[in-house]
Amino acid sequence: MNIIEYFKKSFEQLPSENGSDGIISLRESAFNAFSKMGIPTVKHEEWRYTRISGLFNKEYEFPLLPDNISEKDLNALRLPGSEQANELFFVNGVFSFSLSVIRSAALIVLPLEEAATNEYKDIVAKNLGHSSNYLKDGINALNTALVHGAVFIHIKKGEITEHPVYIYNITDARSTNIFSQPRSLVHISEHAQVQIVETYTSIGLGESFTNQVMEIIVEKDAMVEYFKIQNDAPHTNQVSSTHFRQVGKSYIHTVLISLNGGIVRNNLNVVLEAAHCEAHLYGLYFPTGQSHIDNHTLVDNVKPDCLSNQLYKGILNDNASAVFNGKIFVQPNAQKTNAYQSNKNVLLSNSAIVNAKPQLEIFADDVKCSHGCTVGRLNEEGLFYLQSRGIPEKKAKSLLVHAFAIDILEHIKLEPIRMYVEQLISERLEFNIA
Amino acid sequence: MLKIQNLHAGIEGKKILNGISLEIKPGEVHVIMGPNGSGKSTLASVLTGRENYKVTEGSVDFFGKDLLDMSPEKRAGEGLFLAFQYPVEIAGLSTINFIKTSVNEIRKYRGQEPLDGVAFLKLMKEKMALMDIEKSLLSRSLNEGFSGGEKKRNEIFQMAMLQPRLAVLDEPDSGLDIDAIRIVANGVNKFRNQDNAVLVVTHYQRLLDYVVPDFVHVLYNGRIVKSGTKELALELEEKGYDFIKNEIAVEQ
Repeated sequence: MNIIEYFKKSFEQLPSENGSDGIISLRESAFNAFSKMGIPTVKHEEWRYTRISGLFNKEYEFPLLPDNISEKDLNALRLPGSEQANELFFVNGVFSFSLSVIRSAALIVLPLEEAATNEYKDIVAKNLGHSSNYLKDGINALNTALVHGAVFIHIKKGEITEHPVYIYNITDARSTNIFSQPRSLVHISEHAQVQIVETYTSIGLGESFTNQVMEIIVEKDAMVEYFKIQNDAPHTNQVSSTHFRQVGKSYIHTVLISLNGGIVRNNLNVVLEAAHCEAHLYGLYFPTGQSHIDNHTLVDNVKPDCLSNQLYKGILNDNASAVFNGKIFVQPNAQKTNAYQSNKNVLLSNSAIVNAKPQLEIFADDVKCSHGCTVGRLNEEGLFYLQSRGIPEKKAKSLLVHAFAIDILEHIKLEPIRMYVEQLISERLEFNIA
Repeated sequence: MLKIQNLHAGIEGKKILNGISLEIKPGEVHVIMGPNGSGKSTLASVLTGRENYKVTEGSVDFFGKDLLDMSPEKRAGEGLFLAFQYPVEIAGLSTINFIKTSVNEIRKYRGQEPLDGVAFLKLMKEKMALMDIEKSLLSRSLNEGFSGGEKKRNEIFQMAMLQPRLAVLDEPDSGLDIDAIRIVANGVNKFRNQDNAVLVVTHYQRLLDYVVPDFVHVLYNGRIVKSGTKELALELEEKGYDFIKNEIAVEQ
């Protein structure tokens, strides 16, 4: 059975009785789009260096119902600080209300179908599927085509969410290979503030493919800090799309940490739809072994006077490979745009590969935009300097790698998460530098 | 302590040192002077084990051990220190963490316990005062954005912290104003004692107004062509390196 046929079967099995009309018609048009485009191959310009089509030669189960995860399993994958956090759990792509823990009164979490029919219906209608305007490929369409078990997350107006929101995307592949599609729509109301942490964890040895889409709407005077931690096993693959719409003058700050996985593709879109928005995008990827990590960023300046700053750093070891593709659009009336982008890479082995591509498309004349990209080896003069002060070569390399990473790590504003990531990196440096 | 015998070395197939012999004993300060390209920095690089430099002939003995056989970190453990002509900037590595790591790695090499926080701070405060170094400088990234003078003072500060047996100072005075030279010289003088030694590599005589050497050697075309006492440095300053070149031409 070919891929389209296979997913058509799933599409036809989707429960429709509780879906709103809007979601059902969105699913249908997305399925048509998916049927036309299929899974992107390396012939697709946005997928030139990341080959996911081969992953679909395997058979996966695509669960429609929540899976049972024991408390013991959950405890094994909880992140530091979770006892002070709102905890939201997706299991095999289906949101689990029974596992999730809400600690903040400012946080409302509803099934997406319900939000699509109640007081939030306008927000859902206006925003659900907006990412497809930017991610024009079958993989984004596939998520929308099969929306189920999705969640609507709302931060109330004027509220500072004291407890961060931890979102766990869990794959339970103990009995079979799993294909999962977590889907969420997040609405940050005016004057609200929230910190979001997302992570991906698999249980079991089955292979998995996670195709996630999260769309986040940021209203006027809202602030969002978003941290994504990817440190899953090498037999897990994912396409993780995070799509921000800053519809009012607002502030976002994102840090993506990608340390492990088979094929990991991140799409991070920021659409600046109001004047004076600010967006700070940081990323650190440190693949080893055969891991492949692809970061695509897109900043679309629709309105004038916005500031965006991107700093992505990569450390590659063994046979690992990585992609950084950073797009900046400046629309004709987005005058006085400030848009900066920098990508720096260090290769620790001779067989690691990085493909870096900045892409600026500027249609306004009074803007400040810059981009820069470097690929190099670890600073050899620095290494000699440290060694000549008695620091053994291996430790000196670790210090240099850590020094390279630190200006990304320091942007993880949640202390327990930053310490957790620092710990992961320290452990890796201890064992992994030849 | 250090015995260099007939040392020949070069880089990328180019021969730079053509048979250097030099012995340094505890308590001595030696200065190597010479025109640009004479091999001064190459000698410092070979002694401290910089990669890419190849020794083709000769030996270097350091307290009875074959120095050339050791990694740079091992040389440091054995008590050799190089003050860099161009200290390296490392963004993201705090100066204080770097020095603490360095001090404790060297202690580890020598089979000593690491210094605890209190003992380290006490030692650091003492040496900071000596080198006129502000605490704020030490919390910054290593050498990043430091002025020329701050970098050189930081080098001598590290020497004071590590207490090597032999300190090789590669042009410690280049790019410094008089005040900074005085501070650097004061650091070197405070460091000197009967058990350690200093080898200064320099182009100019001016540091020697403050640091009085026991021996001055003139390096030219990769060989020591003349040795003497501090008066030789003054003579060089006065007459320039041409007089050495002329003397050699006459001899040949």
